[in-house]
Amino acid sequence: MNRDALRQSVLESLATVAPEMEPSTLRPDEPLREQLDIDSYDFLQSLIALDKKLSVSIPESDYGRLTTLDACVDYLSRRLAEQGR
Amino acid sequence: MGDFRMPSLGADMEAGTLVEWKVKRGDGVKRGDIVALVETQKGIIEVETFEAGTVEALLVEPGTKVPVGTVLAHLRGEGEPAVPEKPPAVEVSPPVGGHRPRASPAARAAAAKLGLDLAAVAGTGPGGAISLEDVERAARAAPAAPPASAPAVSDESRRLAMRRAIAAAMSRSKREIPHYYLDTRVDVGRALDWLRQENERLPLAERMLPVVLYLKAVGLAVRQFPELNGFWVDGAFRPSRAVHLGVVISLRQGGVMVPALHDVPDKPPGVLMRELGELIQRARRGTLRSSELADSTLTVTSLGEPGADRVFGVIFPPQVAIIGFGSAREVPWVVEGRCVPRPLVSVSLSADHRASDGHRGAAFLARVERLLQEPEKL
Repeated sequence: MNRDALRQSVLESLATVAPEMEPSTLRPDEPLREQLDIDSYDFLQSLIALDKKLSVSIPESDYGRLTTLDACVDYLSRRLAEQGR
Repeated sequence: MGDFRMPSLGADMEAGTLVEWKVKRGDGVKRGDIVALVETQKGIIEVETFEAGTVEALLVEPGTKVPVGTVLAHLRGEGEPAVPEKPPAVEVSPPVGGHRPRASPAARAAAAKLGLDLAAVAGTGPGGAISLEDVERAARAAPAAPPASAPAVSDESRRLAMRRAIAAAMSRSKREIPHYYLDTRVDVGRALDWLRQENERLPLAERMLPVVLYLKAVGLAVRQFPELNGFWVDGAFRPSRAVHLGVVISLRQGGVMVPALHDVPDKPPGVLMRELGELIQRARRGTLRSSELADSTLTVTSLGEPGADRVFGVIFPPQVAIIGFGSAREVPWVVEGRCVPRPLVSVSLSADHRASDGHRGAAFLARVERLLQEPEKL
């Protein structure tokens, strides 16, 4: 899966908890949760949405790596590559 | 024949405003169906019926504020004969005649903004003049020709209703309740470690957040401190046997909702997480139901991450306490004579000094702290 497709999946997952989000105004290298004002519960919900899309179960110990949009895409491409996808 | 009445959604609720009927005359309803939207001090609530039958008559017009217990509709039980339709019990004054309705400038501006025809708004001001309140009421009752799928209550009127509800409850609290405040810092390292281990073996959708351990610890602790769990009514404290924790849920578009998590001390953390998740989703969708707004006996607010170090809550009347959890922070902490990094959380108690005293409040916080040191027992 290429980075643009991953980015799109992340944005769609975030949109399930922050429907008013404007992807074009999102700064890819700044903390997502502050930009979108999402709390721990919403964050968990967006990961569930992401899991549904990509079938990638993210362990809790890796939550800390998912701070920005760029970081999410980096993490996901690495993790999917590990699984040979 | 059954009556459908304005429900009481809390000991402090005296009246509610019917915002919208979800049924019409002749509709069949079954137990649990949503019959109406009602605006209360707790926001706009979906009200369910506890009886089955056919809607015989709607007695109250949308936009009307009526006391708790007022009959809103007649339901005809199955097999009962129909009776002739009765006129509405509450008369709404007809629109003022003339070429230009009398209205306050604020009302005119609001009507223009909302796209409302002033001639169709019933005025309740002096000489039938239309006030801002009348316009808001009319806007709630008759949204300007929405597409069929649009919600009947605009986001703006929901937001206004919620701000009014928060303003009323919090002003009353600060006016009437002599608060005292305590806070203690709690090492939550063991609790978070335990949670991490549990979450490792749980599927993503069932993973728990720290707040469920906080809620459980508060629920268990308060059983030994009945003076913090209940209501101050008519100059006296009435303890509650049940422990229903009101959970402060912030809404992304602003405002808060405080639905109750029932019988917290009796439920394992996994169940509390599932029920909390349902409450959060309902609150954020604006679809809390009357059965989910049964009386909270004590409130908990948790700032989560990213948040702030500590929060001293404002008590929701007629309750007598609110517990506040700050965000977890890793700090240097002395454990058995050695300085080590530990995650700490400030746990605060704002309590009503008419019902309890600081000495007992402090003992309560110590109890919460002790419970959080043994998360596997929660």
